[in-house]
Amino acid sequence: MEVVNQGVPLEHFLMLSAVLFSIGVYGVLARRNAVLILMSVELMLNAVSINLVAFAVYTAPSLFVGIIFAVFVITIAAAEVGLALAVVLRVFRNRGTANVDEVASLKW
Amino acid sequence: MTQVFFDMMAAAVITGALGVVLVRNVVYAALCLIVSLMGVAGVYILLSVEFLALVQVLIYGGAVTVLILFALMLTRVRELKQHLDGDQRPLAAVAALALLGAFATMMYKTTWPRDVGQVTVVPFDTIGTALFNRWAVPFEIASGVLLVALVGAIVISMQEEGER
Repeated sequence: MEVVNQGVPLEHFLMLSAVLFSIGVYGVLARRNAVLILMSVELMLNAVSINLVAFAVYTAPSLFVGIIFAVFVITIAAAEVGLALAVVLRVFRNRGTANVDEVASLKW
Repeated sequence: MTQVFFDMMAAAVITGALGVVLVRNVVYAALCLIVSLMGVAGVYILLSVEFLALVQVLIYGGAVTVLILFALMLTRVRELKQHLDGDQRPLAAVAALALLGAFATMMYKTTWPRDVGQVTVVPFDTIGTALFNRWAVPFEIASGVLLVALVGAIVISMQEEGER
């Protein structure tokens, strides 16, 4: 396999992924619209993928388990987005809102 | 040189992500999400995993963002601008910063192997061979999951009899 000199340390990728994940957490906690929460969840999933791929490429290049894992993360994320948006559409049709604070029938 | 490209990609990812969580207009937030996800594709290219970069552009840039834009259109969130953010924004910021601090401390306290300055290019055919040999069963299960999610999404969002 060809080896290229990267020049970017592993820590930079990890830091980028940590920042991206934290932004996603902030979005999930602060946003109240269901679709925007989903978008923040996408950010968090991407942060995890960056982390997995960076570790796979830097520490175990002959195994690339992390890369395969990232492929599966993307697949499951696609399924999750489709299903979650269908649920949001259904909630909107029944309740007339996509705000998660107003959908609280299960709350005492 | 790679460092410069990494900085550009990281800037795109972070600004896009901040746009997603801070912008007041939901359609702009979705467009910021595209910027961020394309930046992630660039990061994959820097990590020499071209296959993942292509998959990222196709699935996130194509399918997921279009789906999200459709959902925004159908739920008409643009007319309800006051409901975008909750009252817990400061608490959310504190929680996110605490998490970031925890991650950063953990990262700098760990001693990474020192020979991590090099990256091996992963060719397409190697990923394909691994995916269809060693990971064939999870791959098939993933396709089953996708099929179930597809049918489930159609059933959930189907118009029922007598519904407006």
